[in-house]
Amino acid sequence: MTIVSRRHALGVLAAGAVLACTGAAQAQQPIKIGSFLSITGGASFLGDPEAKTLRLYADRINKAGGVLGRKLEIIIYDSAGDAKQAVTFARRLIEEDEVDMIVGGSTTGETMAVVPLVTEAEIPFISLAGANVIVEPVKKWVFKMPHSDRMAVEKSYQDMKKRGLTNVAIIGGSGGFDQSCRKEGHALAGKYGLKVVADETYAPTDSDMSPQLTKIKNTPGVQVIFGCGFGAPTSITARNWKQLGMTNIPFYFNHGVASQQFIDGAGGGAEGIRIPVPALLVAEQLPAGDPQREVSLAYIKAFKEAYNLPPSGFGGHAYDGLHIALDAIKRANSTDKAKVRDAIESTKRFIGADGIYNMTPQDHMGLSLDSFKMVEVRNNTWKLIE
Amino acid sequence: MAEFLQFLFSGLTVGAIYALVGLGFSIIYNASHVINFAQGEFVMLGGMGTVSLMLAGLPMYVAIPLAVCLVVAVGLLLEKFAVEPARNAGVITLIIITIGASILIRGVVEVALGKDFHRLPSFTGETPIIIGGAALQPQGLWVIGALVIVVAALRWFFEHTRLGKAILATSYNPLAAQLVGIDVRTILLVSFGLSAALGALAGILTAPITLTKYDIGIMLGLKGFAAAILGGLGSSYGAVAGGLALGMIEAMSAGYISSAYKDAVAFVIILGVLFFMPSGLFGTRRTERV
Amino acid sequence: MQRPGGSLQSGFSAKDIGAAGAARGVAWLLTARHGGILALVALLLALPLFLPNNFYYDIAIKTALNAIVCVGLNLLIGYAGQISLGHAGFFALGAYASAILTSHYRWPGLLAMAAGALGVALVAFLVARPILRLRGHYLAMATLGLGIIISIVINREIPLTGGPDGMSVPALRIWDWRLTGAVTWYWISAGALVLAVWVSLNLVESPVGRALRALHGSEIAAETAGIEISRYKVLVFVVSAVFASIAGSLFAHAERFVTPVEAGFLRSIEFVTMVVLGGMASTFGALVGATILTVLPQVLTAFHDYKHVVLGAIMIGVMIFMPRGLVPTLMSLWRRRAP
Repeated sequence: MTIVSRRHALGVLAAGAVLACTGAAQAQQPIKIGSFLSITGGASFLGDPEAKTLRLYADRINKAGGVLGRKLEIIIYDSAGDAKQAVTFARRLIEEDEVDMIVGGSTTGETMAVVPLVTEAEIPFISLAGANVIVEPVKKWVFKMPHSDRMAVEKSYQDMKKRGLTNVAIIGGSGGFDQSCRKEGHALAGKYGLKVVADETYAPTDSDMSPQLTKIKNTPGVQVIFGCGFGAPTSITARNWKQLGMTNIPFYFNHGVASQQFIDGAGGGAEGIRIPVPALLVAEQLPAGDPQREVSLAYIKAFKEAYNLPPSGFGGHAYDGLHIALDAIKRANSTDKAKVRDAIESTKRFIGADGIYNMTPQDHMGLSLDSFKMVEVRNNTWKLIE
Repeated sequence: MAEFLQFLFSGLTVGAIYALVGLGFSIIYNASHVINFAQGEFVMLGGMGTVSLMLAGLPMYVAIPLAVCLVVAVGLLLEKFAVEPARNAGVITLIIITIGASILIRGVVEVALGKDFHRLPSFTGETPIIIGGAALQPQGLWVIGALVIVVAALRWFFEHTRLGKAILATSYNPLAAQLVGIDVRTILLVSFGLSAALGALAGILTAPITLTKYDIGIMLGLKGFAAAILGGLGSSYGAVAGGLALGMIEAMSAGYISSAYKDAVAFVIILGVLFFMPSGLFGTRRTERV
Repeated sequence: MQRPGGSLQSGFSAKDIGAAGAARGVAWLLTARHGGILALVALLLALPLFLPNNFYYDIAIKTALNAIVCVGLNLLIGYAGQISLGHAGFFALGAYASAILTSHYRWPGLLAMAAGALGVALVAFLVARPILRLRGHYLAMATLGLGIIISIVINREIPLTGGPDGMSVPALRIWDWRLTGAVTWYWISAGALVLAVWVSLNLVESPVGRALRALHGSEIAAETAGIEISRYKVLVFVVSAVFASIAGSLFAHAERFVTPVEAGFLRSIEFVTMVVLGGMASTFGALVGATILTVLPQVLTAFHDYKHVVLGAIMIGVMIFMPRGLVPTLMSLWRRRAP
């Protein structure tokens, strides 16, 4: 009968896979790092460069002899920004592919969905997503690479305070990252002497933010705007800001827009906007003594050679994630999951593309506010401010 | 007042985009009673196609007509290889086929042209035109102007050319049209080609405003479909009215009610209209033969 | 020679009666209702032998739950001939009802599931009458709009639903048992699936089912024959919504996490595609469709970047060459071969 034959085929496939695995076990076991990334979908500008970075460096490392004398194998699945897919693939990586650890999760939503799974399976997980909630409260098996949304807000608010601005309007999308950033925006205002006077939302597929910006423009006393989000809508927002003649109101954006795409997409509208970015994006402008300069420049060069594309700040997360993972494996001198986890937790002064990492049992992110650089968009490129 | 005008301009611009997409749905539906869920992809292909041609070095005034031709070719291929073989299948089957086609087209663009978003430069610059304290972007005028021209051109086409009249005849009664010698299959091809051209045009005109990416077709297609339904299937004017209405509702909801719920408001209103006017605002009331 | 009064007349031996009895037994088995369900049960019992680890069990669970939704949706699309492009909304409502009631308000799991199903039934009942007055593409749009509205509300009501990032769901507790683990949930989902299929098959062969098929054939003719079409349309809409809701609740407890993506337009399309691909007006077709489209994405990872191209091509190809869906087409091919 049709149903039986179809499921029978699945069984045969499964049996074949098991046989193949036992065959492979004969050779020296490679170090397996699994990854699920948003290569397609709304967050593809995160996942795509991350995947490219992982593949690029896996190649390079293997050519240089591997790690601990073993080859490195990276298994990447496309979760397309969907938390449910992320869970399915994470499960596949853990149960089926039997990876030693996971470096992935381009978005906060996908990362949080996977947390119960990795905790139960007791496998180290380095997330490449932004929101604070990933490491706060701290979770034993979960680490995080990028600067958090909280830090982006703090860095921006710090700068606003320096310029004597107090009334801030928040505008952002409806996605998880945007919401998290918005929440931090409200929570931290008082700390920097700021007051939130407006809060507008747009949908991820919107093509015109003039209504929202008009409301902000007409809010009495508004002095500065803070934008949360990433992707095409942020470019549109910037362009609308300029078109509505609002450039007299300073505009800050969170680090979700830290890519050349944001500037290009805004058609001149990004001019004058300030953003906290990872050092990677302004590597050439860093002073000669800055330890991050060398690492960032090397990454930019390698990425350009391999893909003929300008580097993306988000690819830097993957670079850091992979190298910290391998560094931990080297220090633990094994791929035993508990040992590697301990080694990650004790990472000290690791110089990455995003910043310098110092992890502790209470801090599973490891970056401080000064590895974030405040830049302003000038002449369609980033200009380091501090 | 300035605030209201701003919302109005925003609504008109976005509404004109929806209207153009909805027109594409309407034309194909009229000729064949097929809802082409891949219509949104024609819009995407117009924008992405132009961007890639320009990245390959062609100047904009060459890239645009070339891109339109390419999209028309895609539309013809779609009709020939996906829709025609399933001519007599049910509504649901055709829905699945056109959705499958939209996934396929998206997949090809995703692989061939990448996942980044791109922008086309505005045709006449970025400086907005200030009217009554509200800013209207010049590209928005292009879109609205194009809509007006397209509607007028289509009207002339359908009422004064043989081909146009043949298409109309097919939409009223395919069997009768065949009996008077109209080749229904050709009519179908032409209507797909025409819708593809319209979609491509919409995509090119709006890429400076909305930015273009391999997956913008999904939401645009959905809103265009909603516009066509709101206005009433079977009426091209209806699609235009539906599109403009939808754009206005969205802008006004965002401005006066809640920017977070504006899409929900729009759909609630559409549902409301459908409950009282089951054939949409201007739709032809269907008579069912027993 | 047949004479009224029974078969124990001259001309019929015990062997003939035995053979007749056996033939009737085989016929009983071969009807979809009995033979099909038995085959399904046998398959579900045997499947674990082929599932090497939790990942496969998880796929099986998802397949079973998708299949439950599809079986219900098939009643609406295949038998009653209506369209729904918003059924993922009902699925999500059931999932979130379970999630919210057990997580925020500490209700027992089964009660939450029942409440969810009841709530969904109510919603479906309220919108069914006005929506089902619409036909064809207008109906498609209305159901689409409904699904999108549900999806937007779930996305925005962050304090309640956790917003776009979703929320975690406590394990299902029945009396003292805490039901977790892929294997446990496999058996729960399999059991629910068998139940759903049984209900569906019985419905189809009951007077209600006959009314539905009459409705599908021609609404006006059915009405002329005395069938209250709107009553039956509403009934099947509500039933299919409840199926989806229960599947959603089970999903929430099995996966321990729900996100608004479950309510999305793309998910609704997935469900419709599963029903159409497998075969409309065929309960087992719905099962086949659900299986293929749940397993396919896992197989397609081998294609990396080309997976959407392949998926779209498959959808178009199957619909063109087998417009009635896989199971009916294959079954008619099989029947044609038989002498």
